[in-house]
Order: sequence, then structure tokens, then C-alpha cells
Amino acid sequence: MVTPAAVTLHNLTVSYRRHPALHHLSGSFQAGSLTAVIGPNGSGKSTLLKSIARLVPPDKGTAAIGQTKALQISVPRPRIGYLAQVTELDKTFPMKVWDCVALGCWAGAGAWGAVTVAMRDGIDGALHAVGLQGFEDRNIGSLSSGQLQRVLFARLLVQDTQLILLDEPFSAVDSATSAALLALILQWHHQGRTVVAVLHDDALVRSHFPDSMLLARELVAWGATADVLTTANLARARSMAEAWDESAAVCDVDALATVLA
Amino acid sequence: MSDLVAWGWATLFAPFADFAFMRRALVATLALALSAAPLGVFLTLRRMSLLGDALSHAVLPGVAIGFMVSGMSLTAMAFGGVLAGMLVAGMAGLVTRFTALKEDASLAAVYLVALALGVTLISGHGTQLDLLHILFGSALGVDTSGLLLVAGVASISLVALAAMYRGLVLESFDPVYLASVASPGQRGWVWQQGFLMLVVINLVAGFQTLGTLMAVGLMMLPAVSARLWHDRLGAQLINASLQAALSGAVGLLLSYHMDTPSGPTIIGCAGALYFASLLFAPGGWLPRWWTTTHRVA
Repeated sequence: MVTPAAVTLHNLTVSYRRHPALHHLSGSFQAGSLTAVIGPNGSGKSTLLKSIARLVPPDKGTAAIGQTKALQISVPRPRIGYLAQVTELDKTFPMKVWDCVALGCWAGAGAWGAVTVAMRDGIDGALHAVGLQGFEDRNIGSLSSGQLQRVLFARLLVQDTQLILLDEPFSAVDSATSAALLALILQWHHQGRTVVAVLHDDALVRSHFPDSMLLARELVAWGATADVLTTANLARARSMAEAWDESAAVCDVDALATVLA
Repeated sequence: MSDLVAWGWATLFAPFADFAFMRRALVATLALALSAAPLGVFLTLRRMSLLGDALSHAVLPGVAIGFMVSGMSLTAMAFGGVLAGMLVAGMAGLVTRFTALKEDASLAAVYLVALALGVTLISGHGTQLDLLHILFGSALGVDTSGLLLVAGVASISLVALAAMYRGLVLESFDPVYLASVASPGQRGWVWQQGFLMLVVINLVAGFQTLGTLMAVGLMMLPAVSARLWHDRLGAQLINASLQAALSGAVGLLLSYHMDTPSGPTIIGCAGALYFASLLFAPGGWLPRWWTTTHRVA
């Protein structure tokens, strides 16, 4: 049985000031798969999630979601649940926990629509699911980083998307919280949603994530976790990621492909 | 007792009852307090407290051109100011969107160029007196057309802020999340640009009432104080408007009785409220010494 691809990468290249953060990435995340993206610091893991969420434009290639062709602009954007690293959010903003979770309704309510009774129930239910009932009226700024991460997971629950991208969901979170959040991720997987998570904990990946993608700006390995997380692959990833050449030559893979075509 | 009532009437109400220019000044200041102070709260939340100052300089070339074309015409100068301010905000927005520069850096660069252009225009075609008049307008000199301008801007800006509220809050709080969920027509820069346009028209409305620099004061000082009082955004917005309105009314009365310039007196009152807030507000200094008990959980 061939499952349809949820996300298809085709020759995806993203660079910052002409130095690639992701280099000629191709392949696909199957619908309903649960994939861990691993690799050393600076290996392009966050960049990969951002380019799937269309937050950074690719230099070359595409990251297509679902059946959408790259050039079909008229088709509405597929909805994505994207969890950024916590550092990108303004914790000093006067925002109630309940209101922050309610922002998950944006796709349904937008800038002007009403938050319906059903949405309100969904928000209360999501807060209950992450164990934060009673925190509704607290301010975001008064929460610990673990509690804040629970709030953001509640927002993802409210978003209710088929594709969920998580950027280091367990950083700065204690073991009890990460166990609770992991249970939610496994539940999403069980419900048939496609989940891609950037992680640093190899043991956690081995025990819970069926698929893995090992990045070092280029793709090192992608497939079943047991085949990806080998000593040889990890050593290769480390040596590749540390190479940084300020005056590196211009990459000619595409020129070569053009000649061969 | 009747002496007290008479004294109170003479001090608080008679200036407004007796003089039309005082009534116009009061209405203009209250209208600005309603619309400008909430914008100031959003500016502080976006860590752009000094943007008002930058934009108040950025409108200068437009005001100067308006003056050169039609003389001391409020409509022409206001129109030119709005146009220049929007141009500067728009160009800064474009720079932010398409280069690596952040919002504050691109605005700083664009407004400095605009300020230089404005000063050049004014010194080439006017006198020092004109420049001073434009920068330090007088609340007591507001005429009917000025009043209509301020009232119109305040009405538009209140309605527009209400319409943009949810998008603006999300764009200020978590722009990355907004970018990941919003349709392309509602991306962050739409809210940001709309908000900057509101700031521009409020500043231009304020320059005739209070003078450009004083208009910034009425926008920012109550907003900064209000943030010390509440940890809910809605309460901060209302508090800022109330403080601005109070400063406006008290400032006008003080300037009437003590014969001081109206704009600076109003801002002085807002400053006094700011220092009081620094001391007594829940987020201020003294409550830290008073609260010695804490709850068990």
C-alpha cells in the first residue's frame, strides 16, 4: 500500500547570505507519519520546518504540501500547525492564557469572526487536555517555560490541523511536562495526523518515533529510526555540520543537472 | 459653602463656559486623548515607544510643502503631513519586508532623511518663526476647521483600531504564529502598516492642537503610565485614555489660570501622573515595599 505524501520536498535549498542552511533536499513525509528531525546545531532543522510552513522562501526547489502543485496559487493554503521555538514569542505581552489558546481559532474565526460556543468548548477542552484548567485568567508572563509550552500545545489542539510541525518542543521543559506533551504527540499520530518534530534527545527518538530524518545541512539519512540513528550516520552528520567555509565555491549541482537534462 | 461652590465654578467651569476658545481646546484635547493614547499603549507593547518622535519629524517635509503651496492653510499642511508620514512609514515597511533590517532601524533611516529634507525646505522658503509654529502649535488657537480635523481623525482612528484589534494584538504578541496561520492577504505587514497609518494621522491631528512634539507626549506618557497599573490590555487602553483626558482638562485649566503655554502644561500634567504612577501603581516602586505578605500558593 502506498500512502499519499503529506509533504514533498523537491530539491529544496534555503540559504542565508548565499551559504546554504539546507542543501538540495528531496523526499517526502508520508501522510500519518511521525518523524523526528535530528542533527547537530546549525544543521538546518528549524529552517526545514520554516520552509515547509512557508515562513522562509526557498532559493531553489519546493516544499509542497498535500496534493497541491507548486504553482497552484488559487488553491487555498493547506492549514499547518507550526510550533516555533519558545524564544520567538513576546512573554511580556499582557495576554491571558485563555486568549492565547483562543488564537488557535484564527483559521476559523479570522480577524473579525466570532468565537463560537463550539470553539469556546474546544478551548476549554484543550486547556484541560494539557492539564492547565484553572490557569485561564493567568497572564502568559507569569507562567514557567513548561507551562507556557503546555499553553502552546493547547493552541495546536485548538488549531486541529492534519500537519503539525514542532520545533524543539521539549527544550526547557521538565520530564513530567515532556512526558505529558509526548503523550499528546503520540495521540496525534494515532489519530492519523502527520507530525514532524525537531528533537535533540536520541533516546526519546529511538523509543517513540517510527521515522527519523538526520540532517547536516544536507540529508544524511531518512527512513526508519533504527536505520537512521546508527553510529556511522551520526559521526558523518557531526563532521559535515562543522565544516564552514566563508569563501566556499558556488554550488553547481543545478548547473550540472541542467547540462545532463 | 456658597463661597466654595462659587470658587469651584470659577476655577473649574467658568473658563470653559465663558470662552469659546477654551471649549474648542478642551474638545480637541479630549478627542485626541481617546484616539492617540491607546495607540501609544500598542507602541510601548511593540517596543517602539520612540517611534512617535521619529514620525513627528518625518511629517515635516509634507507640512513644509503644504505650507509652500497654500500658505498657512491647515488643510494643506495637514494633508501634506499625512502624506509624508504615510510615505515614510510605507517606505520603512518595504525596507523591513525586503531586506535584513528590522522595523526600528529602517524607520530611523527613512525618517532622518525626511527630516533633513523638511528642514531644507523650510529654511529655503520660510522663516524660523514658521518652523516654530509648526512644531509648537497652540491648543488655544484651534479654530473650527482644526476641531473638525481632530474630531474626524479621532473617530476614524477609534473605529479602525477596533476593527484591527485582534490582528494587531496577534501581530504584536506572536508574529511568527500569525505568519504561519494567516492567509497571504492578512500577513503581519498589513496590520503593522495599518497601525502606523493610524499613528501618522493622529500625530498630524495633534500638531495643530498641541504641536507635533506635544502630540507625541499625549500619545506616549499616559500609555507608559497605564502599563504600570494593569496587566490586562483592555484595562491599559482605557486607563491610558482616561489619564490623557485628565491631563488635557487639568492642563488647560492650569494654563488658563497660571498663564502658561497650553501644550507644555498638558504634557506636564501627564508627566505628573506618570511620576505618581511610578510611585503608587501596582507595577511601580512603593508597592514593592508595602507588600510584605504572600499567599501560600
